[in-house]
Amino acid sequence: MEKQKALYEYVLRLADDSLILGHRVSEWCGHGPILEEDIALTNLALDLIGQATSLLNYAGELEGKGRDGDALAFLRYEREYKNLLLVEQMNGDFGKTIMRQFLFDAFRKPLFEKLQHSTDQHLAAIAEKSLKETKYHLKHTSEWVIRLGDGTEESHIRIQESLDALWKYTNEIFYKDDVDSVLIAENIIPSSEEIKAEWTKTVNDVLEQATLTIPSNNWIQEGGRKGFHTEALGYLLAEMQYMQRAYPNMTW
Amino acid sequence: MEDKNILELERRFQEKIDNDIKIEPNDWMPDDYRQTLIRQISQHAHSEIVGMLPEGNWITRAPNLRRKAVLLAKVQDEAGHGLYLYSAAETLGADREETIDDLHSGKAKYSSIFNYPTLSWADMGAIGWLVDGAAIMNQVPLCRCSYGPYARAMVRVCKEESFHQRQGFEIIAHLAQGTPAQKEMAQDALNRFWWPALMMFGPNDAESKHTVQSMNWKIKRSTNDELRQLFVDVTVPQAEMIGLTIPDKDLKLNKETGHYETGEINWAEFWEVVKGNGPCNKERVDARRKAKEDGLWVREAASAFAEKRKNK
Ligand SMILES: [Fe+2]
Ligand SMILES: [Fe+2]
Ligand SMILES: [Fe+2]
Repeated sequence: MEKQKALYEYVLRLADDSLILGHRVSEWCGHGPILEEDIALTNLALDLIGQATSLLNYAGELEGKGRDGDALAFLRYEREYKNLLLVEQMNGDFGKTIMRQFLFDAFRKPLFEKLQHSTDQHLAAIAEKSLKETKYHLKHTSEWVIRLGDGTEESHIRIQESLDALWKYTNEIFYKDDVDSVLIAENIIPSSEEIKAEWTKTVNDVLEQATLTIPSNNWIQEGGRKGFHTEALGYLLAEMQYMQRAYPNMTW
Repeated sequence: MEDKNILELERRFQEKIDNDIKIEPNDWMPDDYRQTLIRQISQHAHSEIVGMLPEGNWITRAPNLRRKAVLLAKVQDEAGHGLYLYSAAETLGADREETIDDLHSGKAKYSSIFNYPTLSWADMGAIGWLVDGAAIMNQVPLCRCSYGPYARAMVRVCKEESFHQRQGFEIIAHLAQGTPAQKEMAQDALNRFWWPALMMFGPNDAESKHTVQSMNWKIKRSTNDELRQLFVDVTVPQAEMIGLTIPDKDLKLNKETGHYETGEINWAEFWEVVKGNGPCNKERVDARRKAKEDGLWVREAASAFAEKRKNK
């Protein structure tokens, strides 16, 4: 695989993670469990949509077919979205949203830390900006995982169930194929082993403080990076793409 | 002796107000003044929070990334306004959770405009342009309100409201200059939101029972009809500028006064919506109640956790 094509694929994967998760989190706006948390969740959604915008615009440039961020966000078919299965999962209760975000942030923080030194200047700049936000997200979600895990009996049971339900999607975070090998060789992206070690450390540490148990089953679900999704994504896209599909070729 | 003291306190209180000296939380104030403010500030806070719902309804269907981000930021601002205002009400002794329970039980009111449904993307334009626009007319005078914490909250709020008004106008102006389908969407939104926006200023002055006392206390600084007129005079030329038609066949400019004269507002509809019989009253309050009920376990966990840490 040539470098340019690999970089396009890689940036698209990062972009779709931010886009789809940002969309999911934005569903909370106006319905949060506390006013302060409604504001915090909306901040998260805003940061993720901002990252998605920068990344998708860059992906469009790399692709070189004249598609901009909006075209990529709103006018692809389901199989062309490359996000992790984890981020498309439905919000569930507040605890599930927090757990999904925590498992993701724990990966995004070390990733952006490395990517800010990428030999690709454009990607490095996006990573540097996103890192600041992501550090804050990880702090926020870690605190909530601990609070809910070590809160009441009910909250402990609920957040443990969320962890159990989401665990099978975590392996995919470290999915690797040609795209990665080409870019690792060029020093554009870090190897996933380094990221995985940090992710594991963060997750173990926070879950322990939260008195939660890592699920013992090793059942794995993946496919997002290749465009094979769960049933949850189709509905999300139907909603997200509604205006662009119903009123084609218009500006807003 | 005691009566005399009260009279003297009341005299000094009114003197402060007349001299435009702000009343602060620890100052003596008549009970009616306190109650009027609590009612008004908490109604305003509820309006900000309930007001998140009609626009929140389109966040997941926003047509492009920029609009989605701007709408998210706008709705988030409204949550922030709700927070400042609940805090201002708390300085008068109103407990936030109790105040919110009054909203959920139907005892407390909020602005009726949010009981109308958002049926198209153009409604995001109409709401910013008309609803935030009307809110600005109502709120700018409140920056000079006699109660310090409320006045200061309003200064912050008004800055953001003008950004809201502009983003809404930008949306609808863009549609009005777009394709026939977009233009039709924009006109339809104006048709549905124009009259409810005029109703946001409340009943005619002759019908408004709180106006006189509130004006003396400088809680209110202009009457409902004055503010409504100001809004009409500013908004009609904006509609003309972007080529949309105000849905009022009686609307005309009075050359002598320089003011627009409008047709009669449907007051029967106004009172029905106030009573709870609008298109979305039940849905709005249910959504807020559900958010609180669904969040109960989270709030319990947070306080249980804080308690545990304190004891460690
Ligand atoms: Fe507001
Ligand atoms: Fe307001
Ligand atoms: Fe606003």
